[in-house]
Amino acid sequence: MRDFGYARAGTAEAAVGTLADPGAAVIAGGTELLNWFRLGIAAADRVVDIGGLDELRGITRDGDELRIGALATLNEVGEHPLVIQAASALASACLQAASAQVRNRATIGGNVLQRTRCPYFRAEEPLPWPCNKRDPGSGCASLAGRHERQAIFGWTRDCVAVQPSDPAVALAALDAQADVLGPAGPRTVPMREFHLTQREAAAAGEPMRETRLGPDELITGYRLPAVPGGQAYVKVRERASYEYAIVSAAAAVRLEDERIISARVALGSVAQRPWRLTTAEAELPGTPLTREALTPVIERAMADAAPLPQNGFKVTMAANAAVRALLTAGGAS
Amino acid sequence: MTLDFARRVEVTLRLNGRELTTVVSPRTTLLDWLRDDAGLTGAKKGCNEGACGTCTVLVDGRRMNGCLTLVVQCAGRAVTTVEGLAQDGAGLHPVQQAFADHDAFQCGYCTPGQLMSAVACIAEGHATDDATVREWMSGNICRCSAYPQITAAVLAAAQETGQ
Repeated sequence: MRDFGYARAGTAEAAVGTLADPGAAVIAGGTELLNWFRLGIAAADRVVDIGGLDELRGITRDGDELRIGALATLNEVGEHPLVIQAASALASACLQAASAQVRNRATIGGNVLQRTRCPYFRAEEPLPWPCNKRDPGSGCASLAGRHERQAIFGWTRDCVAVQPSDPAVALAALDAQADVLGPAGPRTVPMREFHLTQREAAAAGEPMRETRLGPDELITGYRLPAVPGGQAYVKVRERASYEYAIVSAAAAVRLEDERIISARVALGSVAQRPWRLTTAEAELPGTPLTREALTPVIERAMADAAPLPQNGFKVTMAANAAVRALLTAGGAS
Repeated sequence: MTLDFARRVEVTLRLNGRELTTVVSPRTTLLDWLRDDAGLTGAKKGCNEGACGTCTVLVDGRRMNGCLTLVVQCAGRAVTTVEGLAQDGAGLHPVQQAFADHDAFQCGYCTPGQLMSAVACIAEGHATDDATVREWMSGNICRCSAYPQITAAVLAAAQETGQ
């Protein structure tokens, strides 16, 4: 890890003020940043520590709105009674992420800014293979190599990686808003639009951009509407704990007489952003909460999936995860 | 307002109950500092990326990976390592004794991290049954695969200490 200068920010504004310098980076928990420094994914000459900003730490409820500070750790979010009560899919996603000791450091603000787990991307410099995220214009080794864990939506030939965050999937499904602070002041970004697919980024003229957060902006917290109904987060992985998802699904369901009156569902690890199944959400009201009734609705919503040669199985697996998340959220299993 | 970025930082913290002040380069991880400067080699450097858990220590009573923590982030905090578990003259810590009683290790490389994680797991109230212990101890890898014995030791220690 290369040497860097270090300062503690006394206010969020002071931290943002340092970010105009492209050589500056923010550290909160540090679970991602330190590994980026080690691998050469990021290099910073100045690191500003926001860990002491207590105003970014709290979890509160104000009427029908749940507020979570960016510095709340994944364990704090996952075990907080207000989150369990109003956003259980988020609590579950947090506790299924990483390990107990990583979750004591990792913050909910930093978590959504983690980079892909693509093994071609996450290697020590100098990379022995091309990667457009690490060396723009060099190509994508995964597309020509192994890509069974990569995207089935929104990818381009420049990059086929997925965003691995669990909490981001729940935040997108629950219509959370991110509170963001920049040099011009605060603004909000809906979490269902926070991340960009490769195709969206290319259309915006910045093919390797991954989020709508500006380089001089800081996430200060999230606001979530607390709505009645059941929720679930289903994570499918190769071992039962401490593993990234192959696919995941977050769902929130309201029922009346065993039928859905409203449903929200998002898939994780299928694209470079959480993938809301909006066509299914429009179709689900009136549908009975049974596997037989839900499966064709979800399968229709997956019709525009574009799997790569090695990851066709993710289309089936994601559809099954979505159905299971809806059933679990509705209390059927 | 501009911030002053320092290349050397003075940090005061408590290490196993003793307050001390050290001057570090900001990039120094808690793990490297413990092993190379503080002379405490209990916490091991396994993967150095947060994947194996053998560097687990307590910071203000919470378990954390020493390799993912900078010393500068520990200013004013209390750090406890495996060397701080057994109290002078009082023999082994109950969790250490339970690991010995249950043969909960083979090569022992992961054991310091397992012990610190177990102490925290019990204090958090997560040592309730087999499945819960396995889930909340999953951040500590044991390549000798002593998992059944580790799980049994954690549950026994929790019972022993009334938690």
